[in-house]
Amino acid sequence: MDTRFPGFAAPVLDAQASFRAVLEAMSRPGRVETVTPPPEVPPGLSPAAAAMLLTLVDAVTPLRLAAGAEAEAWVRFHCGCPMRRDGAAFVLDPTATLMELDAGTDEEPEHGATLILEVAALEEGSGWRLTGPGIRDAHRLHVRGAPAGFVADWARSRARFPRGVDAILCADTRIAALPRTVRIEEA
Amino acid sequence: MNAQTGYNFAYVDESTKRMIRRAILKGVAIPGHQVPFGSREMPLPYGWGTGGIQVTASILGPSDVLKVIDQGADDTTNAVSIRAFFRRVAGVATTERTAEATVIQTRHRIPEHALTERQILVYQVPMPEPLFRLEARVAETKRMHALADYGLMHVKLYEDIARHGHIATSYNYPVMVDGRYLMSPSPIPAFDNPKMDRMPALQLFGAGREKRIYAVPPYTAVRSLDFEDHPFRPIRAPHACTLCGSRESYLDEVITDDRGGKMFVCSDTDYCAERQAAKAAAE
Repeated sequence: MDTRFPGFAAPVLDAQASFRAVLEAMSRPGRVETVTPPPEVPPGLSPAAAAMLLTLVDAVTPLRLAAGAEAEAWVRFHCGCPMRRDGAAFVLDPTATLMELDAGTDEEPEHGATLILEVAALEEGSGWRLTGPGIRDAHRLHVRGAPAGFVADWARSRARFPRGVDAILCADTRIAALPRTVRIEEA
Repeated sequence: MNAQTGYNFAYVDESTKRMIRRAILKGVAIPGHQVPFGSREMPLPYGWGTGGIQVTASILGPSDVLKVIDQGADDTTNAVSIRAFFRRVAGVATTERTAEATVIQTRHRIPEHALTERQILVYQVPMPEPLFRLEARVAETKRMHALADYGLMHVKLYEDIARHGHIATSYNYPVMVDGRYLMSPSPIPAFDNPKMDRMPALQLFGAGREKRIYAVPPYTAVRSLDFEDHPFRPIRAPHACTLCGSRESYLDEVITDDRGGKMFVCSDTDYCAERQAAKAAAE
């Protein structure tokens, strides 16, 4: 299936800008960053999630995707990644739960999956209280539209460290990241 | 800016950058853990900073300001040529001032000026495995990291004390990151180790020959290994800098003649020049 939706307007520089946004977000969990999205995105994907896929996913990273046919055609064309449900390196599927994803092994924890999670809105300054590496004292992150039971699931997943799953939360053009080290307390 | 055409921005191709970027993100998510990556051939030999260059190339953007230091100095061959390389292949601005830089690539020093949240420090790493002199088998060191089984390193430090009366490791002094992973800080002097602890800047480590990337996120606990009765002590030559008079900075010993003449000067050339300029202005 073809796609009429484009990739990055400036593939090299937009990928770099989006990577620096996610690097900053992953280094300072709870800080909200803005990505440089493609000019138009297929239905089913937020601009931020689309930018993350273009920036990080390619032929060597299996993707588990559930965002509709148009999004899948767009990803197949622009990222050229294998689509796989089990053993995916990146997961963009609202039905996926943290504990079912690949968490890597104690020797190779870097094989743990990265979950790209679409949420309704991200705001700093209120909501979840985050602590851990990357955070001086505590960061507050308000996530509107997180899956039910996410915080309890996160605590279970985090207990497996160094195994685990890292998450990138996407809302419109904004992202926040949750590395597997971060502790989340509900406000 | 005299950017070279015919190369991708920052020299490295996009699929390699994606691979390195994924490794960096996993490194940040697992502080101190060495993530393998497919190190590419660079236009300089292994041992000259190929790991650092690949990390820098993968994070660098057109608005970055790059500083490169070699043992603290901005004006040595390695530093000058890496700065020139990125000026040519990425067209980025470069600087020798620590405060002006957004990305600082370093060979074996941490600048004297405290780094800030808007800076990234990229270390060139010759040997990422802190245990390699004690256990040569990679399969075995991987298992030791998996089990956080670091007794061997404590034995090594203990043997130092038994033999010399103190821990005789003055550079590449092993650290524990966030209380979990034993990590090589790269061959920085032990003097610099305390600067890594809860540093506001992100620290990235690239080992080109050994094909490993690892990271320390900002504000992360980095503790130098020691014993209660033999606490870690950063070592510094007990002199003042001959040029700027600093008693706080890390010093290089410079031999000035063949009759035993020598002087001590700051290893961080930017820090020293700034202090000399301030002294000259005050006079």
